[in-house]
Amino acid sequence: MPERLLLTGNHAAAYGAMLSRAEVISAYPITPQTMIVELLSELTASGKLDATFITVESEHSAMAACVGASAAGSRTYTATSGQGLALMHEMLHWAVGARLPVVLTNVSRAMAPGWSIWSDQTDILSQRDIGWMMLFAESVQEAQDFVIWSYKVAEQVYLPAMVGMDAFILSHTAEPLIVHDQSAVDAYLPKFQPIYDLDPAEPRAYGGLVNRDHYFELRYKIFEAMERAGRLLVEAGEEFGETLGRRYTPLEEYLLDDADYVIVSAGALTSNVRQAVREARRNGIKVGLLRLVAFRPFPFAAMRRVLAGRKKVAVLDRNMGPGHSGIFAAEIRSAMYGMPDAPPIFGYVVGLGGRDVRVDTVADVLYDLITREEPELALFVGVKGLAIGPVRTHLEVRR
Amino acid sequence: MRWAIPELELMDTGTLGCQGCGGALSMRLVLKEVGDDAIAVVPACCWSIIDGPWPLHALKIPVFHTAFETAAVVAAGIKAAKVRQGRDTTVIAWAGDGGTFDIGLQALSGAAERNEDIIYVCYDNEAYMNTGIQRSSSTPLGTWTTTTPDENPEPHPKKDIMGILAAHRIPYAATATGAHPEDLARKVRTALAAKGGMRFLHILSTCPPGWKLPAEQSIEVMRRAVDSKVFPLFEVRDGRRYTITHWPERETTITEYMALQGRFAPVRHDPAVLARVQRDVDERWAWLVEQHERSLDTAAV
Repeated sequence: MPERLLLTGNHAAAYGAMLSRAEVISAYPITPQTMIVELLSELTASGKLDATFITVESEHSAMAACVGASAAGSRTYTATSGQGLALMHEMLHWAVGARLPVVLTNVSRAMAPGWSIWSDQTDILSQRDIGWMMLFAESVQEAQDFVIWSYKVAEQVYLPAMVGMDAFILSHTAEPLIVHDQSAVDAYLPKFQPIYDLDPAEPRAYGGLVNRDHYFELRYKIFEAMERAGRLLVEAGEEFGETLGRRYTPLEEYLLDDADYVIVSAGALTSNVRQAVREARRNGIKVGLLRLVAFRPFPFAAMRRVLAGRKKVAVLDRNMGPGHSGIFAAEIRSAMYGMPDAPPIFGYVVGLGGRDVRVDTVADVLYDLITREEPELALFVGVKGLAIGPVRTHLEVRR
Repeated sequence: MRWAIPELELMDTGTLGCQGCGGALSMRLVLKEVGDDAIAVVPACCWSIIDGPWPLHALKIPVFHTAFETAAVVAAGIKAAKVRQGRDTTVIAWAGDGGTFDIGLQALSGAAERNEDIIYVCYDNEAYMNTGIQRSSSTPLGTWTTTTPDENPEPHPKKDIMGILAAHRIPYAATATGAHPEDLARKVRTALAAKGGMRFLHILSTCPPGWKLPAEQSIEVMRRAVDSKVFPLFEVRDGRRYTITHWPERETTITEYMALQGRFAPVRHDPAVLARVQRDVDERWAWLVEQHERSLDTAAV
């Protein structure tokens, strides 16, 4: 029988790896992810999880160990955060090029300097163009389940996947968690049996020199696999519902049927958006929420279908791309391009470095969205000395 | 006692190694002893090229190519997976001096400290040869490279990588060269027998283009490296017990060692540099002999 526990997002992620029967785990401690590593160490030491835990000397080596173990045929897992993910960057590419379905939980944390361990998604979004699938968990339940969902798809397309979880807001917040029955998870996610596992009986070279006649094709196959992952995520999300009782989708629609205004968000701050939307609905405002669950592969078609014809769309970005805008806003604008009934996209940058994004904050954004005539690339919400203003206003204030 | 070299060949003749490549010879000799139940992990180094471009592959064992600084830890990951599959496959990290002394040192230290059950081989050609001869921390004092030009040859002595590995107290570490194949073969066998922990082989590997030496002198230069005590052949057990495995056969000066190599042209006739190199070599050798004798005494007790 499934068990109902009160756990933090971090511990739920570790349970996700355990239920997925990860075989080789390699990780390095970093706040606020460390609890994942600690619990996995305990689960491994106690025999509750039959895995080999390699305690490496850096995140770069953590991903390298996962790359080696995955190439040799093991299901592998790691977890990291912020600076650690940045240090892994080179090996994140290796996992993709070598076509290894490693799964990683990233507890999104602000990048230094200045030192900050608080919530900010710029770390994970900086890894956008590598070829990792990227899912954003909103709840403790999803912190666990998305690990399982990720393996299900990753091992079919031979691409790695990372699950994003917001620092503290989710990583250190306890919520009720349904720990699925192991046999049900086993039915959903059978043992990893890769096509190649460095078998000495078949002495091949993996990932070696490739000339201009072949590299391009290898890259195309990665692109193609990611497209396939888009379809498989939907299928595997539905199967998750059938087997494990919770159906997951790359995009979650909330109160959107008649909505003129849409707020788009990803990750744990979505819960406050949900609340703000409910309250606005009580005041007669036709607003809905669109939650970006899968960022890679990007759900283009569904996004276009959902947003077509809306009056205005606000995108909340707990991240930023200096010189452009919030990263989600940029992506969604691009997804709308060329659509005749494309809505104007208003980009709002919120909550960098763990600044609270409260229900009131979202209400402020909604008010601004409704009253503002022209969309701005990046409106900063809650920066001191700035109401809600575009970057240039901010600069004027400073002058 | 002389040891036979196995007839087994796990390296095809059609490699992309340069003529007289010490690194290709080192691989060929090591694999003869290791046998075919093995996997090699190759980070960025000459061997990324020597093995051949896809779909070619010069070795009859699987090779997993990896990023520059990750040979040791990728090998550890592979070993972990193979152990879980109940396989006794030997996993070899095969890195150059750049990937060992410099960029790979952190992962190597981590693997050594955890006493990973792998054989780490550094085939040392004393500079970044694959990228066109740039100095590494393995490049000896006085050497010309493209980043230590004639006007400013390498100002620092070679890093003591064996001392670093010994300080990790790993079960077995040894130096070798392809010009001393019986000694090399015995060390590979010793390393195989010491399975269960980290083993390190430091194999001097000549690079005719990088050392500016005629390809046919490759073996002779490695012999002179050993005979001049520039590169002594020894092994270290548990980081403590040192054994000199091959005593110099013929009196050879460092000048004679340097003579065949154009890379030493800037300093070959500089008495101050030669004196410093000779002093370093003598001190190191005296220290090694002392360790060797101390180990003998300990063994006797």
